[in-house]
Amino acid sequence: MPLLDVRNLRTYFHTRGGITRAVDGVSFHVDKGETLGIVGESGSGKSVTCYSMMGLIPQPPGRIEGGEAIFGGTDLLSCSDEELRSIRGRRVAMIFQDPMTSLNPFMRVEDQLIEPLMIHQDISKADAIKRAIESLEEVGVPEAEKRIRSYPHEFSGGMRQRVMIAMALITKPELLIADEPTTALDVTVQAQILELIANLQKERGMAVVLISHDLGVVAGAADRIMVMYSGKVVETGETESVFYNPRHPYNRALQKSIPSLQQKGEELYTIPGMPPDPTQIVEGCAFAPRCEFADEACKSGLYELKASASEHATSCKRTQNKEIILTPNANG
Amino acid sequence: MIRFILIRLLQAIPVLLIISVVTFAMVRTAPGGPFDQEVKMQDEVKAAIEAHYGLDKSAIEQYFVWLGNALQGDLGPSFKYPNRSVHELIGDAFPVSLELGIWAMLVALTLGVGAGLIASTRPNTSRDYLPMSIAMFGICIPRFVMGPLLILVFSIYLQWYNSSGWFFASDRVLPALTMGIYYAAYVARLTRGGMLEVLGQDYIRTARAKGADEKRIIFKHAFKGGMRPVVSFFGPAMANLLAGSFIVESIFQIPGLGRYFIMAAFNRDYFLIQGTVMTYAVLIIVLNLLADILLVWLSPRLRFD
Ligand SMILES: Nc1ncnc2c1ncn2[C@@H]1O[C@H](COP(=O)(O)OP(=O)(O)OP(=O)(O)O)[C@@H](O)[C@H]1O
Ligand SMILES: [Mg+2]
Repeated sequence: MPLLDVRNLRTYFHTRGGITRAVDGVSFHVDKGETLGIVGESGSGKSVTCYSMMGLIPQPPGRIEGGEAIFGGTDLLSCSDEELRSIRGRRVAMIFQDPMTSLNPFMRVEDQLIEPLMIHQDISKADAIKRAIESLEEVGVPEAEKRIRSYPHEFSGGMRQRVMIAMALITKPELLIADEPTTALDVTVQAQILELIANLQKERGMAVVLISHDLGVVAGAADRIMVMYSGKVVETGETESVFYNPRHPYNRALQKSIPSLQQKGEELYTIPGMPPDPTQIVEGCAFAPRCEFADEACKSGLYELKASASEHATSCKRTQNKEIILTPNANG
Repeated sequence: MIRFILIRLLQAIPVLLIISVVTFAMVRTAPGGPFDQEVKMQDEVKAAIEAHYGLDKSAIEQYFVWLGNALQGDLGPSFKYPNRSVHELIGDAFPVSLELGIWAMLVALTLGVGAGLIASTRPNTSRDYLPMSIAMFGICIPRFVMGPLLILVFSIYLQWYNSSGWFFASDRVLPALTMGIYYAAYVARLTRGGMLEVLGQDYIRTARAKGADEKRIIFKHAFKGGMRPVVSFFGPAMANLLAGSFIVESIFQIPGLGRYFIMAAFNRDYFLIQGTVMTYAVLIIVLNLLADILLVWLSPRLRFD
């Protein structure tokens, strides 16, 4: 049984401009100890997917319209607030994109670090602080004993993200959701943070959901990859297979736009066109207007994930029907 | 921090000087004088009195005499109350206004912050609209209506409190409510706004993700940041409260500072005007400074700059 099993999750935002179908029928699972990477452009619904499971969607305007998210036998979407609170921060922890705004500027790092322990465990403050210092040391914050008394603004971005990680992992959760943990950091720090997460994961056998809009980041860390476009999963499978044997044109386009894989001096590739307006219902495949392989048939009908023998699924009908065969990375 | 306070206090000196000059000039250029209104005095009597108070000297000379005395704590005599000095009058009245102001402030903070917190935790529901409409009501009702209204209900119908006077502890209730409710309404709106802003911040989401419950979110994570608008409002508002209110003091017959503002101006009681204005100015400066110190203390980021 998977650690987390999400089925047909739908989260809509009811705003003045209409209904935004931010997440529209997303299903996936995460096994114990594995890393699932979620990729997709900005606005594709990666964050909303995870926030929905954690009960972090602002309601209103958001509303979870349907689906279930079974974690350890409990449906996170329908359980009581109390039950959900006892799971988040203890068994499922989360780190966020912007470490500059995700820590409370009015509270000492110490008080924020020990909070998950104070909430979820029967522990004295002194013991909690001891644990907090240990966990800061574990994530590589120098002079932890002294720095723990500081306020967040006294840390650099990279150090703050380390503090966030220490805070998330202090209760030894079974699942860590990392929502673009490195997007706000510069490249050298990015690599360090990703490595840190990978190491801690190996040590503890914890599962990780790693969200990024950069396929390159996810490919290096994930066991499996899920590609999202316009609130739907368009392709999912083992990392190697998704990377070397793309089965959706959007995945291939994402690969083409990984900066580090492009030839030096060449103009950076960007996917032409814009993602569809999420308040409009799109007929057919949502990616069709931007797809170089699309034909007339792509503009109508229902598009659903279909797996091939290797558990590698795509929603692209043309690859499903073997009308097109995609090559990995256009340059190669 | 100490440097910041010192600088602010030094800045206050020119401000107070300018205020004193402007007040002085305005008072002296206003038509009429302190001895003009009642029965017409003989010219030589009037000249003698004016000479006694030093009003025959040039305005500039008069100002410096006043300033010199004021710096030594002598704010001059009152024309209207000839046996008393301005210093004594203010010394008697200020503690009364101070006490009333503090009670009113407590009313304002308890009601205002309470209502604001309730409203901010369920924005755009009846739990938000109800307290906020009451607050709007509180702002719209002038104190000269609120005061008599409270008297009507609590002294005349219910007979719980005296309708006027300042003798018993229970005499504090109605005036404090009259003044407090007005400010409570502002505080409620500021609390709601401040809390809503903070509750929308990323770090509140982080706290939720850690499993914090609503109580913890509001009081541990949001309250400090959310109260900043209230604190900055309270500097000047406190000065108003503590300096007394002419309206409330008149309605309830309270021997406070507020009525001197108006009476002194009507009577052209030169030194009393000058004295009350300077008291008010000092209050505003000190309380704004206190509010700023509190704000800095509330935001760790500012604390170190
Ligand atoms: N609070 C909200 N109110 C209204 N619409 C929202 C809200 N939050 C998200 N959305 C909408 O939901 C859609 C998906 O947003 P989401 O944040 O999940 O994207 P994302 O894939 O995480 O993108 P990014 O890479 O920018 O983080 C977007 O169209 C966005 O406009
Ligand atoms: Mg996001």
